[in-house]
Amino acid sequence: MKSVALHNPLAKVLLKSFTFLLLFSLSFNAVAQDAIDEARQKDGRKLFKSLCASCHKLDKKFIGPALGKVEERRENDWLKAWIKNNAELRASGDKDAIAIFEEYNGSNMTAFPQLTDENIDNILYYTTVGEIVKTPEPGPDGYAPQPAPEAPKWLIFILAGVIAAAFLIIASLLKTISELKGAPKTPGLWGNSVELWEGLKRNTFLHVVGTIFVLLLSAYILFGALFTVGVDQGYQPVQPIMFSHKIHAGDNKIDCQYCHSSAKHSKHSGIPSVNVCMNCHKNIAEVADNTVVETEDRLYSKADLDKEIQKLYDAAGWDPEKLAYTGDEKPIKWIRIHNLPDFAYFNHSQHVTVGGVECQKCHGPVETMEELYQFSPLTMGWCIDCHRETKVDLKGNDYYKKVHEELAKKYGVEQVTIAQLGGLECGKCHY
Amino acid sequence: MRKYLKFSIAFLVLASVVACSKRERKAQYMPDMYVSVPYDADMEKGTTNASANLKPVAGSIARGQVPYDYADTNDGYEKAKAELKSPLAKNEANLENGKKMYGIYCATCHGKKGDGNGVLAQREKFNGIPNYKDRDINEGSIYHVIMHGKNLMGSHAGQLTNKERWQVVQYVEQLRNDLLK
Repeated sequence: MKSVALHNPLAKVLLKSFTFLLLFSLSFNAVAQDAIDEARQKDGRKLFKSLCASCHKLDKKFIGPALGKVEERRENDWLKAWIKNNAELRASGDKDAIAIFEEYNGSNMTAFPQLTDENIDNILYYTTVGEIVKTPEPGPDGYAPQPAPEAPKWLIFILAGVIAAAFLIIASLLKTISELKGAPKTPGLWGNSVELWEGLKRNTFLHVVGTIFVLLLSAYILFGALFTVGVDQGYQPVQPIMFSHKIHAGDNKIDCQYCHSSAKHSKHSGIPSVNVCMNCHKNIAEVADNTVVETEDRLYSKADLDKEIQKLYDAAGWDPEKLAYTGDEKPIKWIRIHNLPDFAYFNHSQHVTVGGVECQKCHGPVETMEELYQFSPLTMGWCIDCHRETKVDLKGNDYYKKVHEELAKKYGVEQVTIAQLGGLECGKCHY
Repeated sequence: MRKYLKFSIAFLVLASVVACSKRERKAQYMPDMYVSVPYDADMEKGTTNASANLKPVAGSIARGQVPYDYADTNDGYEKAKAELKSPLAKNEANLENGKKMYGIYCATCHGKKGDGNGVLAQREKFNGIPNYKDRDINEGSIYHVIMHGKNLMGSHAGQLTNKERWQVVQYVEQLRNDLLK
């Protein structure tokens, strides 16, 4: 007996092609999995990352040429000879070797005599197969897990408002109903408050208390406002480039002074010149995958952040394709946050190098700030508080030994504070 | 009605002083005293209407600066390696500051021990940073590379003074000797 479906010739063709496709895809998978020898790839990758990757990338030109599928372009023996000692190969008069050396402006490639033939084969194997791409495991319903949609915060407030309004309406309805039923008529909320107001207007004592209260409140608000004049604590301007201190100083643990290098010898901690950025960003043209920066105003995705790095390249005049400077530079107009008034003198080197004060003591947890803001008030009172508390470490400074001893005797203490050394005198900072 | 108007104006003035966006600076009282006539460092406009920071006059040498005549080429590198010698005495004080400077300017990539395993290498931001023991380097070549950079490494001359560079060289040599042991 024949099955019903197979009467239809179209169904037959479909079934056959489906079976074929299924088999084909299975066998393809099997081939793909067999084709990559993971042990060799792993060994080659490790060697490549540790020895070659400082100058070579697989997919694009870097200090040296791109190495992806280099085996298709060069003979294996030639590659081995080049990698082990390229200077020797060039000296032997090999034309290809001399040509590539000149193409890259005569930059010397390090010789690797320590690599065995097997090592080199593994590295070349890695350059051919590249990274093993693992497809993310699908969730139970066949889709990659997605974050559950979240309700926006303002919805909660609206809901709360609606509920409160509903309660008021119900209360007034209940009141009307009970009045209709014959309960004595009450003046209601509005009537009550009008009566109360009339009473208050005639009470002299309350007038006096009220006036005093209003005066005190306005004085409080006024002085509060006046004390913020010229105090920029919390100031967080939008900078021309979305530079995240959290990524640089926090995640990557780059020392503050790597970029702000003049803090140790100068009055200013300094804005790093663009060449300091380029020390790293010549290599790093893109942020890591899945990097997200959230600021007050917006969310920066990886694509947005890559554009920010591009802004740096525009400023430095760097062509990321040709890996060369074009000479067309545009200064970045960073916005200064910490700015003491000019009538106060402050010197970074005195605090950083001599005093050994941590940057975070005044600038706060910069390594956690996506967008930098002014952490301290930078008022005179704030300076003086610290000068009163901080003890001076005069160890290993024989020049001031005698002064220190005399002062310690005078104040009857073990260690003098900055204030006792004269750190409160007006002329120290105002001249 | 005029009474209310007065009140609301007073309230608005007060509110505008109190409630400022953190994207903007607060009001300054007598700004002439905050921002005086002399130019600040990094100011946008200076005497010549260009940036306040000017490049030094050609041929001038800043105090404490030591001219460096080895070119940024393979020949310059070889020449520095062959003949450049440290002017500093090998002592603890120099080594200590060298260590401090190395920690700030080098260790992020080269690692605390000089094995090429710094934080940026661990996080795969930079790959292939060499271990000092695998490279044939001496004080002249180390100094040359700090001055001009090499391959992926940029110049660090602007961040370190001449003396600090030599102190770092001393410390790197010590790290390398420790690694070679």
